[in-house]
Amino acid sequence: MHPAPSIIFFTTLSGAGYGLLALFGLLGPVLGLTPSDSGIRYTALLAAFGLIGAGLACSTLHLQHPMRAWRGFSQWRSSWLSREAVLALLVFVPGLPFAWGWGVAGEAGGLWAVLGLLTALLAIATLFCTGMIYACLKPVRAWHHPLTAPLYVLFGLASGAAWAFPAIAPWAGPTAATSLAIVAICLLALAWAVKVMQWMHLADAPSTTTPGTATGLDALTGPGGYVRELIPPHTQETWLLREMAWRIGRKHALKLRLIAVIGGLAVPAMLMASAMTLQGTTALILGLAAAAAVQLGVTIERWLFFAEAKHMVALYYGAETA
Amino acid sequence: MTSLPKTPPAKRLGLVIDLDTCVGCHACAVHCKEWNHGGLPGPLTDEDPYGADPSGAWLNRVHTYEAVDEDGNSRTVHFPRSCLHCETAPCVTVCPTGASYKRSEDGIVLVDEDKCFGCGLCAWACPYGARELDVAKGGSGTMKKCTLCIDRIYNDTIDEEQRQPACVNTCPSSARHFGDLADPESDVSRLVADRGGYDLMPELGYKPTNKYLPPRARPVQTAPARELADVEAPGGFLGWVDRMLGG
Repeated sequence: MHPAPSIIFFTTLSGAGYGLLALFGLLGPVLGLTPSDSGIRYTALLAAFGLIGAGLACSTLHLQHPMRAWRGFSQWRSSWLSREAVLALLVFVPGLPFAWGWGVAGEAGGLWAVLGLLTALLAIATLFCTGMIYACLKPVRAWHHPLTAPLYVLFGLASGAAWAFPAIAPWAGPTAATSLAIVAICLLALAWAVKVMQWMHLADAPSTTTPGTATGLDALTGPGGYVRELIPPHTQETWLLREMAWRIGRKHALKLRLIAVIGGLAVPAMLMASAMTLQGTTALILGLAAAAAVQLGVTIERWLFFAEAKHMVALYYGAETA
Repeated sequence: MTSLPKTPPAKRLGLVIDLDTCVGCHACAVHCKEWNHGGLPGPLTDEDPYGADPSGAWLNRVHTYEAVDEDGNSRTVHFPRSCLHCETAPCVTVCPTGASYKRSEDGIVLVDEDKCFGCGLCAWACPYGARELDVAKGGSGTMKKCTLCIDRIYNDTIDEEQRQPACVNTCPSSARHFGDLADPESDVSRLVADRGGYDLMPELGYKPTNKYLPPRARPVQTAPARELADVEAPGGFLGWVDRMLGG
């Protein structure tokens, strides 16, 4: 599939934003981590809403008619894209009062805890819906996989945790900083482990669809024969091929996977581990570097998610498998 | 509304495409483009249409495949490809705007282009590549697909024999047939039953309405071609030619 840059930035940025918001909703009540300094809480909320806003702004860029974006909220009964759009805004119903209570008033108990948990739940549901947009598409084998939607949730939470670290840890004391670093490293390790599992699973289960099964002409050739395209319908490439059978990105896939795992897991884990006992500006710089490395790793992962996916329509245009 | 009709449509209008008689002339694709450019889904914009790198939205495209069995016997099969108007069309249910819909009266899958915002998700959902986004310069930026020529088949201002899809009307080898596939007594249903009509990628479960008729079996040539028999030189002029050329 042709990776549209706006979709990659939308899913990675708003993914981190919703993950961050979900962690704030959980941090107060479950982990008992509410920074006493209101400035830290404001920074943290600004990071979450900033990432979500930047992501949602990117999401309209790939539409041919962005002015009709409001129609995307109407079909939640059948469409995962519509469900995602509805939930992405519904998060703010408990999210805004929670942000006021947690950020401005510094409250984390009682009603505020309930609002926080509700916000976290809706943010996670939003991430799940983003994953289901792709997971429900049977023509793309690499996406129609049981781990696709969980991975969107895991990468959202893990990259959110990576941003929570520089937002909160540098001034929250070594104990809070250590717990945050541990949460972030564990989430990152889990997300990348599941991703590697999916890569291995897809590699072990090779595709069974061929031009013969797509055209039904395998009945003519028998199991020992083959079907190949002799003449394409048009002399030049069509929109379908530009959009769906993009192959150049796959060339360096293995190297890119390695860079993604090193950048998205090994580098930030080391940076956060060295920063968790430090406080102040040094911790902030290390934490920001870690978050940037995670964002880079996740962006490469998302780019490969699109670039490596083969659409079955390619079978009609000369691809041997899909 | 992008939910599918709750009860299956009483009629299932669709095409039956005969891969045995299709000669790959592309007349169906050209007439489709001509009619629909000025019809309901039009315009179907082209970029650089007469230049070196033309591109544009087409609702019907004709491929040509070579099918080879394990003994090396080869068949050339022309293969028109367009929307199959699936019973459980995934392109309809994924649409977030309500632009994509399946008609409850006859099962035709259409796009309401005033609602479509051009996200392209429905084209990703279709394994058959039946939908194309009109992204050419000056194009509508909305999704284009086969309408089964809904503006011909119900059009009582044109002659009755014209009230079928343009591709069917124009096919010079009668390889395309149009009718109600829900009615087991219809001509198209009988054709499917007689000739073993099949679905494309049935394993995906989208239950396409359109059916393809397989190429008929042909005698396979097993023995090598015979050598030319030796000709006996006759007399007269031909005998003279034969002798002059060395018998």
